[in-house]
Amino acid sequence: MITWRGFLKRFLADPVAIGAGIVLLVLVLMAVLAPLIAPQNPYDLMQLDIMDSEMPPSWIPGGDDRFLLGTDAQGRGVLSTIMYGTGISLLIGIGAVIVQGILGITLGLIAGYKGGWVDSFLMRLADIQMSLSTLMIAIIVLALFQAAFDASVYADYAIFMLILIIGIAEWPKFARTVRSSVLGEKNKEYVDAARVIGLPARKVMWGHILPNTLTPVLVISTIQVAEAIMTEAALSFLGLGMPVDRPSLGSLIRSGFEFVFSGQYWITFYPALVLIALVLALNLLGDWLRDVLNPKLRRGED
Amino acid sequence: MHILAFLIRRAIQAVIVMFVISIIGFSIQDNLGDPLRELVGQSVSEAERQTLRDELGLNDPFLVQYGRFLGNAVQGDLGTSYFFKRPALDVIMDKFPATFELVLGATFIFLALSIPGGIYCAINREKFLAKAIMTGSIIGISVPVFLTAIFMVWIFGVELQWLPAFGRGETVEMPWGWDTGFLTIDGLAHLILPSIALSSIMLPLFIRLIRAEMMEAMGTDYVRFAKAKGLSTARVRYVHAFRNTLLPVVTVGGLMIGTLIAYTILTETVFQWPGMGFLFLEAVNRVDTPLIIAYIIVVGLIFVVVNTLVDFIYTLINPMVKLPGAKS
Amino acid sequence: MAMLEVKDLHVAFPRGKHDEVEALRGVSLTLEKGERLGVVGESGAGKSMLAFAILNLIAEPGRVSHGTVKFNGENLLDLSERKIRDIRGNRISMIFQDPMVTLNPVLSIGVQMMETLRAHRKISDKEARALCVAKLKEVAIPSAESRLDAYPHELSGGLRQRVVIAIALLTDPEIIIADEPTTALDVTIQAEIMALILKLCREKDVALILITHDLGVVAEVTEKLMIMYAGKCVETGPTRQIIDTPQHPYASGLLKALPQHAGRGTRLYQIPGSMPPITNLPKGCTYHPRCDFATQRCHGGEPDLVNGVACYNPLTSDPATGTETKTEAET
Repeated sequence: MITWRGFLKRFLADPVAIGAGIVLLVLVLMAVLAPLIAPQNPYDLMQLDIMDSEMPPSWIPGGDDRFLLGTDAQGRGVLSTIMYGTGISLLIGIGAVIVQGILGITLGLIAGYKGGWVDSFLMRLADIQMSLSTLMIAIIVLALFQAAFDASVYADYAIFMLILIIGIAEWPKFARTVRSSVLGEKNKEYVDAARVIGLPARKVMWGHILPNTLTPVLVISTIQVAEAIMTEAALSFLGLGMPVDRPSLGSLIRSGFEFVFSGQYWITFYPALVLIALVLALNLLGDWLRDVLNPKLRRGED
Repeated sequence: MHILAFLIRRAIQAVIVMFVISIIGFSIQDNLGDPLRELVGQSVSEAERQTLRDELGLNDPFLVQYGRFLGNAVQGDLGTSYFFKRPALDVIMDKFPATFELVLGATFIFLALSIPGGIYCAINREKFLAKAIMTGSIIGISVPVFLTAIFMVWIFGVELQWLPAFGRGETVEMPWGWDTGFLTIDGLAHLILPSIALSSIMLPLFIRLIRAEMMEAMGTDYVRFAKAKGLSTARVRYVHAFRNTLLPVVTVGGLMIGTLIAYTILTETVFQWPGMGFLFLEAVNRVDTPLIIAYIIVVGLIFVVVNTLVDFIYTLINPMVKLPGAKS
Repeated sequence: MAMLEVKDLHVAFPRGKHDEVEALRGVSLTLEKGERLGVVGESGAGKSMLAFAILNLIAEPGRVSHGTVKFNGENLLDLSERKIRDIRGNRISMIFQDPMVTLNPVLSIGVQMMETLRAHRKISDKEARALCVAKLKEVAIPSAESRLDAYPHELSGGLRQRVVIAIALLTDPEIIIADEPTTALDVTIQAEIMALILKLCREKDVALILITHDLGVVAEVTEKLMIMYAGKCVETGPTRQIIDTPQHPYASGLLKALPQHAGRGTRLYQIPGSMPPITNLPKGCTYHPRCDFATQRCHGGEPDLVNGVACYNPLTSDPATGTETKTEAET
């Protein structure tokens, strides 16, 4: 294990980690504070004017100072929609990873601790689910959901559906990691000791094994948030995710896509840039965390 | 004998998976949309509807209906597309060559680049190019496929106008009814951007995987022993070390099939590529249930077949596993 | 001129950006045709490093930083990669420690044998196959023909080491370097494999460099002995002589630690402390912190190898028992 001080020292010594951390912090702040700092509220129809639509960024002739990054087809400021959209993307990403974590950690603990047929069954299930691919499962389930329900009903539940589907489809990643660390910890003395003094299995698992599996869980969580945000963006881009009036970064990219051909690149380009920055920052931080918290892997890499 | 046992085992697994998919397909058909409305519209009286339901067998017990569905499906009858008014399977199969050729193009690109790229990065770890490739690969992993595709359309299709960015271009129909874009310059030109976009996620993943596996193999005792035997550098690298990276590469490749199919949907959407994925999204928007079901079943079948193939290749190249899962 | 003459061989590994540490710090040895030399020391003493350095096979980022390896008058370290490949596995072969990981798991035994032949001889497939079968028979592998198509995982550890020995002998080398060839094997098989190596070396008049930490084996197999400590040779000479009358306190300590030297009911002798890591060698004689006879002089400078021993206070050539009683009396 590593101390907080050592952790901070390593962080401050690595320019890539600092850069990724700053980008992530800025994007998260931007999303959280969107209602306070965004130039307009893109959901407030009163603030929208169709006359403002498809304006280029303010530094290009024809641009307007009110809209730094230009406007989309409905006259919403691209900067404002990005701020709100980043929030929705983050919300879904984090929400999905919480669902993954709860499911994956629980099932991973059970598989690792119980062993036997429970373990084989869960791991076989995990294998099958992994090979089907999260995106494919999500596309089919959401396609059916959308075909079965009315568009307005769908729009209301889209955010929960996305969190649930991405969460359920990706549990094997957490389960596998937790299971392998449980197997590593299982035979250590303190677990035996807990069992000997008569603590029930559940308590032993949660109280003793779980804290020791937190390091790998932290590492994959970061990368999983990046994955979930990418998956959500792909689904929204296909029109299977967030609706256009409550857009995530993916739906923003979708709504601007057709305008790329007529030269109004900014409607798609800036949300795309933010999406890439967000995912890249998370991936870099995840890689960095793995290097710092898991020296064994690091040595293998070098 | 071994091969036969393996094939039987896989066939049983395939049947189970297809059975599950068929149940999903059937329950969709049962619950999604109203076939009567599609057939006769709204203007029919309730009594007439009931007789029609009886005639169509819609009031039969679940198992009878499912049996009928399964019987038809086995004979290749997956219903008639509401929109195209043609058998759904025919509609899908018309689009299959487009998707297949796209996947083939992408596979060719990422294999042709990731194998030499991964090996190069493993052998020349400290060189500038290797470091640049590794940095590029983490950026590559962080850019979603559809964004790569959009950027390519925008830059090479719209701004520079170097390459076509829509559709398949000119195709030639082969005698067995397969539309191929491989035989015309126009068809090949249309294939370039979509294949690069589709390969763009696999490429960095495989470069990193091959590099890591290759580095591990280069440090093993058997590679040292191969050197001590006086073998050529090429033989040590490509026969001794690289052969051992193939196993994990094939395994991960097998795990990526589902993802690859999902990415074809994204790529086809951006490039308006007339393949199965594009058709599927249109079918979803039109609530063309038979077509949706047909797509799911065809994709399930492709998945099962390719997975079996991958397992088969794995047993061929891994002398340690003669029979996956079987007791030796 | 000796067949193999290693002079002042140094191997260095980078530490940080500009610094280096030496794993081998000036080792010399000579080997005549058919002669058998034992190299003994604790793990980390640089024995394997010596073996790999002779064939210029030090793994990156390490390198041979100084010295010569003359084989029939030719410095192997000066040879081009192509030229030294003609020596490796052809005129000087190696046997590795752990047969479980020496053979490539995805290539059949036949492929791994025949590729060695093909790298060094112009030979038809048929001839190569016949030769491989003959060698497998020489190392007493039952049903040799069918083993050619087998994969390593289908053979036991003992059989795999026999295959490795067969590969080493394929090209009738002049020298075999065996790096702890029996350490990874079952105790019951160790003697068998060692006897096989000895028999084959004698029959074919092949010189042997046997790297081991087992003085007992060395006494049985080799004529010459070299004792290594912390990347240097501390004592060298005829095997019999060193075993009977060790001069370096470390050699004496190793001998006393052998179980057969302890009387019934007495405790096994153990050299106090452990060998320092190469990254952190003590000043002066590297052995002095563990030495019972260290004097002020030993703290100051490192002794050179003079008359086969690198020690300021070599033990007198009394019978081994004489010195032993002396040390025990002091502790």
